[in-house]
Amino acid sequence: MRLDRTELWLLASGVVLALGVFVLPNWLTFLLTIAFAKGLVVQGVVVQMRAGLVSFGQGLYYCIGGYTVGMGGQWLGVHDAFVLLALSMVAAAVVAMVLGLLLTRYREIFFAMLTLAFSMILYGVLAKSQSLGSTDGFNVHGITALGWTPGSSGKMFVYVLTCGIAAVAAVFLHRLSKSSVGYVCEAIRENEVRVEYLGASPRWTLYSTYVLAAAVSALGGGLTGMATGHVDPEMAYWTTSGEFVFIALLGGIGHVAAPFVAASLFSTVRTYAIQFVPHSWQMILGFVLLGIIIFLPKGLWSLFKRTRKAEARV
Amino acid sequence: MSQTPILESRSLHRTFGAVVAAKDINVAIHAGEVVGVIGSNGAGKTTFINMVTGFLPPSAGEIMFNGRSILGLAPRKITRMGMARSFQVAQLFPELTVLDNMLVALSIAESPLPSFLRPLRTPERVEKAEATLKEFGVAAFRDHQVTAVPQGTRKLVDIAMALIANPKMLLLDEPTSGVAVEEKFPLMDSVMEVVRRHGVTVLFVEHDMEIVARYVSRILAFYAGEVIADGPPDQVLDDAKVRELVVGHGHGGHGRARRSS
Amino acid sequence: MTTLLAILVDGSIYASWLFLVAAGLTVIYGVMRILNMAHGSFYAIGAYSAASLVGWWFTGVGGNPYVSYLLLVGAALVSGLVVGLVVEFALLRRMYGKDEILMVIITYALLLILEDAVKLVWGVDPYFTYQPYSLMGRSTFGGLTFAIYDLGLVGVSLAIGISLWLILNKTHKGKLLRAVIHDREVAVAMGVNVKAMFAVTFAVGATLGALAGALTAPAISVSPGIGVEVIVLAFAVVVVGGMGSIGGAAAGAVLVGLTRAMAVHLAPELELFVIYSVMSLVLAVRPQGLFGRTLVRKI
Repeated sequence: MRLDRTELWLLASGVVLALGVFVLPNWLTFLLTIAFAKGLVVQGVVVQMRAGLVSFGQGLYYCIGGYTVGMGGQWLGVHDAFVLLALSMVAAAVVAMVLGLLLTRYREIFFAMLTLAFSMILYGVLAKSQSLGSTDGFNVHGITALGWTPGSSGKMFVYVLTCGIAAVAAVFLHRLSKSSVGYVCEAIRENEVRVEYLGASPRWTLYSTYVLAAAVSALGGGLTGMATGHVDPEMAYWTTSGEFVFIALLGGIGHVAAPFVAASLFSTVRTYAIQFVPHSWQMILGFVLLGIIIFLPKGLWSLFKRTRKAEARV
Repeated sequence: MSQTPILESRSLHRTFGAVVAAKDINVAIHAGEVVGVIGSNGAGKTTFINMVTGFLPPSAGEIMFNGRSILGLAPRKITRMGMARSFQVAQLFPELTVLDNMLVALSIAESPLPSFLRPLRTPERVEKAEATLKEFGVAAFRDHQVTAVPQGTRKLVDIAMALIANPKMLLLDEPTSGVAVEEKFPLMDSVMEVVRRHGVTVLFVEHDMEIVARYVSRILAFYAGEVIADGPPDQVLDDAKVRELVVGHGHGGHGRARRSS
Repeated sequence: MTTLLAILVDGSIYASWLFLVAAGLTVIYGVMRILNMAHGSFYAIGAYSAASLVGWWFTGVGGNPYVSYLLLVGAALVSGLVVGLVVEFALLRRMYGKDEILMVIITYALLLILEDAVKLVWGVDPYFTYQPYSLMGRSTFGGLTFAIYDLGLVGVSLAIGISLWLILNKTHKGKLLRAVIHDREVAVAMGVNVKAMFAVTFAVGATLGALAGALTAPAISVSPGIGVEVIVLAFAVVVVGGMGSIGGAAAGAVLVGLTRAMAVHLAPELELFVIYSVMSLVLAVRPQGLFGRTLVRKI
């Protein structure tokens, strides 16, 4: 497997950031851990956006990832970070394989609404589950790695782990975007009818992309659970998913590193905004979002401009 | 011609509410033929193409491709059996370059389940796509975004994308519509030359009688959902019914008027 | 038997509330093809306006308590119309014709802005305006006790539903509006002022949202976040019924309302689960909703 320039650059950034654990203050590594973990969830949103689908329910897989890590430790006695993350991905992929069968029949706002509804179902279930701590959720602790117990340096370990996973995921997603599937997804966004007439199944392509996006997002959820030491149903609430859509639009779909950069920016601004203008944070987000839509139409417009004529005139 | 027709429709019917768009269409097309489909707007030409390619289910009847029924198959399945089509309005991926459009078509033609990790742009694919673009004389536009390419070129790319899968049969839906008058003949010349070289059976819908007469070996004339004449060009174009209902009518005449002006 | 009655009554009350909340959303979608995420904010603004005005009436003025009902409605009408028109004029007018999914994102941005605007205007402490609620007292019926205010809500909801239906189907303006819904281009060609129609529709939709909030205010504690909660419920109702249809919203409200009441009485832990499950189920079987007519896609 040969690496191209972007891929080398992504891996190098991952290594440099991970080495930052020795010099960066704790608050910053924690902020970056959360940002990159969220960035992974956003990657899931972006992969679907490339294919023209906007998921307003990616929180579903974020939450599944987090809860799998939490429950694995609590009930299965699994504490190894790698095993837990693998379980998260599997759990998310299994759920996505089932829901994807239905979801890939829908496009546009129907897809958005249905993804939202599914994540709210999970929220509804978790919020009423006494044994899972209802709306308070529960704590995640005792993470180990291949037999090693990080103990008090747990947060630092999760940071390094997150940097590593984010870098590897970025390389993988970069490959994906340059692969046949990546281009076919773009082609589906621009002209689904033609893709069908070229002999491919848009639905199957979207299905596999959906499952993949779920697995990547679950990684983000699992890492967040480990980093914060806590999971709660709020992870599946629709406003959480809205945040992911926001970050995805902020970064755009042009570059594989964009979700991570956007998520870092988002987390940093939020940290300060909540401190200095506590009741204007969302308002800032709202105006920024409108600004992106109005002033950066190129990146966004192309996203949603599907060839209507194609459907009408075939 | 005693061998199995490459495409055959038997008693094909289609209604949209009270409108009859196809009525008892029985057509057999043999390998190597170049068939022109004429008829005024609403005569049922596009309905016929849409039924044959699986986009529109017929109300009744049977469609055979290479001796196999293709009734009820999805367009992609029919495409994979070797029937490709182009569109009246070029159906491309506007944000991609001309080359990438071709590469997407080629990659899908190679495998219905595109690869997740193998890059789209492999040297072999690029070479083949470039060769096809060259055949159509549009290689100069290789790195242009589709939105920045002239209409005639788009139509050619649209056809090139259909042809890159090496289909047995090619359906062209009004290949010269939307193309400037002086470009129509050059465009058709390059298309027909490539098509002949590849030995593809062609069926094309066209309003312009001069173009039809020049390139086809056989004409199907549609009127009100029915085939009212089927035969060699001179015979069909001289047919009294065809002259009355099709040629001196609607778009056929229109195309001529524009050409002479 | 008592449980069944309780389910029916609770279900009707909840259904009427859901219809109130969803009516504005479906009107706006039906005419403008905008799935308005900020609808919950209109609800919140109505609730806050009503709560602060009625609170002032009771504690500051000490006026006739029955006037408070007028104030509830008045607060909703004024706040809904003002905010609706401002939003339409300042933002949406520039966005018409954009993709539906992009409109969802634009109204999502609007929701974020309005959520904080509400906090800046009214603060983050909850408002309680129980007086109009308790003033009507309670009534016992079939061994069960109900707040008369809640039962009144059923009547108001019915009245609004019927008026909307009559306006759309029986008046000249309503018919013009239906022409716009049916085919915008033809309507423009016929000389219908679509721009004005849109402005009016959005203002009416926003006012309906504010009215729902104002009428709910006496029954709840008005606090940040109520809009965000309400919008997903309204989505569920509208999606179940078929987006853009008044009758559909009513049917969706009844279905979701009764299902939820059943869950609350029989299996309380499933309350939230059933609401969104109904939504997913309907979408899975009939994506256009129970009363919707548009097809999703062609291939």
